[in-house]
Order: sequence, then C-alpha cells, then structure tokens
Amino acid sequence: MGKYIEMIRIRFLMMLAYRTNYYSGILIYSINIGAYYFLWTAIYGGKETIEGMSALQMTSYVAIAWMARAFYFNNIDREIAQEIKEGKVAVELIRPYNYLLMKTMQGLGEGIFRLSFFSMPGMIIVALIFPIVFSTHPATWLLFAVSLMFSFLINMQINLLTGILTFFFYNNTGLIRAKRVVIDLFSGLLLPISFFPGWAQQVMNYLPFQGISYVPSMIFTESFSRPEIIHAVWFQVVWVLILILPIQIIWLIARKQLVVQGG
Amino acid sequence: MENMIEVKDLRKEFKSHSSRSGLKGAFRDLLTRQYKVVPAVNDISFTVKRGEMVGYIGENGAGKSTSIKMLTGILTPTSGIVRVNGMDPHKEREQFVRSIGVVFGQRSQLWWDIAVQESFRLLKKVYNVPDELYHVHMNHVIESLDIGPLLDKPVRKLSLGQRMRCELAAALLHNPPLLFLDEPTIGLDVLVKLKIREFLKEMNAKYNTTVLLTTHDLSDIEALCERVVMLDEGKIIYDGQLDSLRSNWGEGKQIEFQFADAGVTKEELQPLLAQLDGAWTPGDRQNVWIANVLNEEQVISEVIGRVVAAHKITDLKVHEISIEDIIRNIYEEGITNG
Repeated sequence: MGKYIEMIRIRFLMMLAYRTNYYSGILIYSINIGAYYFLWTAIYGGKETIEGMSALQMTSYVAIAWMARAFYFNNIDREIAQEIKEGKVAVELIRPYNYLLMKTMQGLGEGIFRLSFFSMPGMIIVALIFPIVFSTHPATWLLFAVSLMFSFLINMQINLLTGILTFFFYNNTGLIRAKRVVIDLFSGLLLPISFFPGWAQQVMNYLPFQGISYVPSMIFTESFSRPEIIHAVWFQVVWVLILILPIQIIWLIARKQLVVQGG
Repeated sequence: MENMIEVKDLRKEFKSHSSRSGLKGAFRDLLTRQYKVVPAVNDISFTVKRGEMVGYIGENGAGKSTSIKMLTGILTPTSGIVRVNGMDPHKEREQFVRSIGVVFGQRSQLWWDIAVQESFRLLKKVYNVPDELYHVHMNHVIESLDIGPLLDKPVRKLSLGQRMRCELAAALLHNPPLLFLDEPTIGLDVLVKLKIREFLKEMNAKYNTTVLLTTHDLSDIEALCERVVMLDEGKIIYDGQLDSLRSNWGEGKQIEFQFADAGVTKEELQPLLAQLDGAWTPGDRQNVWIANVLNEEQVISEVIGRVVAAHKITDLKVHEISIEDIIRNIYEEGITNG
C-alpha cells in the first residue's frame, strides 16, 4: 500500500512543479462560477423557487458543483491515451504495481492538491463575493465528503475506461472530448438533474453520470431529504461496483493483444 | 549453472492491415479491411545462464524489441514457452517484474517533472527495498555512476548522458538478478559509454547479474559480452561466442590504400591480386581502395609490394576486419557462407 500512497505524494510534487497551471485554473473557475451566478439570477428573476430550489440554493449549488469538480476532474484519460500512443505504457508494465490503481492514485493526488490549494481558498473568495449558504450540520458535511469521494471514483472509472480504449482505437482524442462534454452536461454540473424533462430524468437514473456532480452538490446545498440522500449515495456505490467490471474486462483483453507502438 | 532465461519456440504474430490504394480503395477499407498476419518473432529458442552477459543483436525490425518485450512480460507470446528466473513473465507479471531491471534507451522511466531522488524514493517504495540495503547498494551505484550532484534536479533538466546514468541507477535500485538493456548507449558520448560499460562489468562481477543487451553499437557488445545471439527476420541466425564469430568469418585483413593519382579503377587494380585470393572494395573517400586478403604475412607483404610498385600511394593502413563488417557480411550473404 505504501507505494500507492507514495504515488499520491509524487503527484502532489508534480502539481507544484507547474504553478502557472494552478493560477490560471483559479481564474477560469472563478469566471465560470461568476457567469453561472449571473445566468441563474437572471433565470430566477423575481421567482422564489424553481423545481423546489431557491435562488440562494441554486447559487450555492453552482459554486459547490464547480469546486467539487476541481477535486474529481482530472486528465488521467488523456494521460493514459498518450502513454499508450507513445508506447510509454511498456515502462509502466515492468513495474510491480497495478497500472490502473496507480493511475487512480495519481488522480487522487491531483484531486487532493486542488481541493486543498484551490477549492478551499477559492470557496472562501467566492463566498465573500456571492451569497452562498454553508450548512451548519456536521452530518451534511460528512455525507458530502463521502459522496464526493464516490463521485471521484465514478469519474475516475469513466476516465480509465475512455483511456484504455486507446488500445483499440489508437487515437481517441474525439472520444475523450465527447466524454468530457457528456459528463459536464449529464452529471448535473451545468444544470441540476431535477431541471431536466421527466423522460430525461428517467434515462439519467440508468446512467452513472449524476453520481459525479449532482449528488454531492444536492447534499451540500441540503436540497435532498434524508431518504433521498441515502438513496443517492447507494446509487453511487452501486455504480462504482458496476463500473469495475467493464474496466477489468477491457484491461485484460487489451493486455492480451497489446501492441506497443513505436518499437 | 542454472538457466536464467529459457525460451522455447517463442513466436509472436502481429496482425497488420494493408490499405488498398486509391480513393476507391480507401472507401472499401472503411467497410472491410484486409489483414495480414506477420510473425515478428518466428519460433526462437535459446537459454541464458545466470551471470552471463549476452549481446542480442539484429537490424531494425529483426524482432529484438518484440522478444525483449515478451521476456519482460509486456507482450503476450502467440505461442511458445518463456521461463525467466523460473517464472512465466506474463502470467505472474507483478511478482516477476520485481526480479528484473529494464532500461529502454529510447524512453525514460523516471518521472519527468520531479527531482531524480523523488523518482528513486518512489521506486524504493514500489520495490519495497529496506532502508539499510538501499543505502549500502544505492550509495555505491550513485558513486560509481557519478550522479550524486544530479539527484536534486528534475529529469527534464538533465542531459541525455546524465539521464541515462540515472535511468541505469533506477533500473538497478532493487538490485535485480537480471537486467535487460534495450539500446542503453544510444546517442551517448564516448566517456559516458565507457562509464556505463565499466559499471555494468562491475555489477556483473559483484552480484553475478545476468545482462541481456541489445544495441546497434557493436563496440558495446565487444566490450561487455562473450556471447551474442543474432536475429534476422524474427529468426536466430547465430548464437555463440563472439570470438568464434571473428575466427570463422573475420580471418582476413583489410589493407587500405590511398592512391596519389586520381582515377584508379578496379580493373586496373584487379591483376595485382592475381593468385592471392583477395578482393578490392572501394573505400569511403576518393582514390581509396581496400584490399581484402587472407591474414598471412606473405600475402600481406606481397600485396603491398605489388601495389606500391605499380602505383604511387599517399597513405596505407592495415585493419583487422571489424565485428561490424563481419556482421554486415552475415546479413548480406547469410550465415551459410561462413
């Protein structure tokens, strides 16, 4: 286990090596939150609530959804694709560790870095500028943390899946981009799932995406009732377990017919 | 001595699709593709004993890298048996790779953006090397490769020679009994090459490390390996001592003449080798011709005498046929000529 924890630390160091990325990231996220804040205040107009969410809950939702994204979002899929394309995966396979688990740990290292140096200070700044309610219940915070961990895992698994598909497609930049848009839209980052038309919500219930952003954000803004929270977290757990299966199968097939590109 | 590597009838086939020509062909390719099965490694067998240093050579595309990748567990063989260090590299990958070290000359295995020592620290954790062992062994490695001052620099700031020495240290961090080196000296200057060779010899003497080395630089092989395995088109065409390669194929001497007057032709020179069983080949510069003759005092003096008597020369060199020439001959003419 020590090696996996060490990998988190290494990733932390790598993030520190590129500080400009970090500063520009803060800027981009603030702009996004600001834009969505003004968009939503315009949509609400004078209305008290839409779909059971008040304007205040909505701004908190937007802010927390973006800050949570900083934690779960990473480019591991692109990294895997690149390593496969350049044949670097050969080097990874001569190491006595599980490649996918190692990648997950790198993602976690990146996530923890962003959460502590980016989301938390960012959230304080955002709270000073825009009206945002923070829950005073420790239970909400705890449930949010748990659900955020699962949203990281679901997003990571989808990343691993798109990444290792490079073994079969050789160049899947398009797929990776499509995946990113799908996740931003269907995870509830841009629009809460409860705002989708009824039939779309039905479809979403059979897809893992809302476990990524919608669930933790709804928990944080206390827009879910207690039974809804329990149901939502179970939804996440089940998807984490389900997604293990295709990843393992594809990984095994890929290892069987692996072609290391570039000599 | 026990066998470190046992390979029997090892085969790896790749499916490659051949594109049809033209626009029409491209559209047809969208629907159905023609596949060809190409064997990259074609039923090879060999064994390597513990403590041996073996040169694994072949032209580009001869199947060296593919076989190394099967030996290290990266690729699955199509058929055949591989036992390395008593394990099946592909099936028992995680356990197996603990017992090997690998250096790929063309790709780095250190983490690009962080200091070398951080990479080492991670590898130490990955291979579970105990502290005391690490210090004793690594201090020695760091000293002999002279990389102490480089440890706190990020890998991307190192020169190729510096990086290569660090790569080697990283591959040996867990002191593996078996080391695979895939073109470790590619693009390195002479001093670094010498240092790396010295170091490999020392490791081999000290820990009885088995080394399998592929390279295009035959001087590496001459300096390190007693035995070579030669591949061509996926097949082993020679497996034996380097010395016997020289004595079987490299008996002759080359005498290089630089002629004073321009325009000396092969036809003019040909009669000078009459009854001496030799051949002329053009040299790498103008007016330079090489006489390939038997390695006998009489013959050599006779050739020189005849040539000097017939033409004015400005320079004269006598070479032993180099391993490089021998290998080139083998590839061009096939092993049967020997």
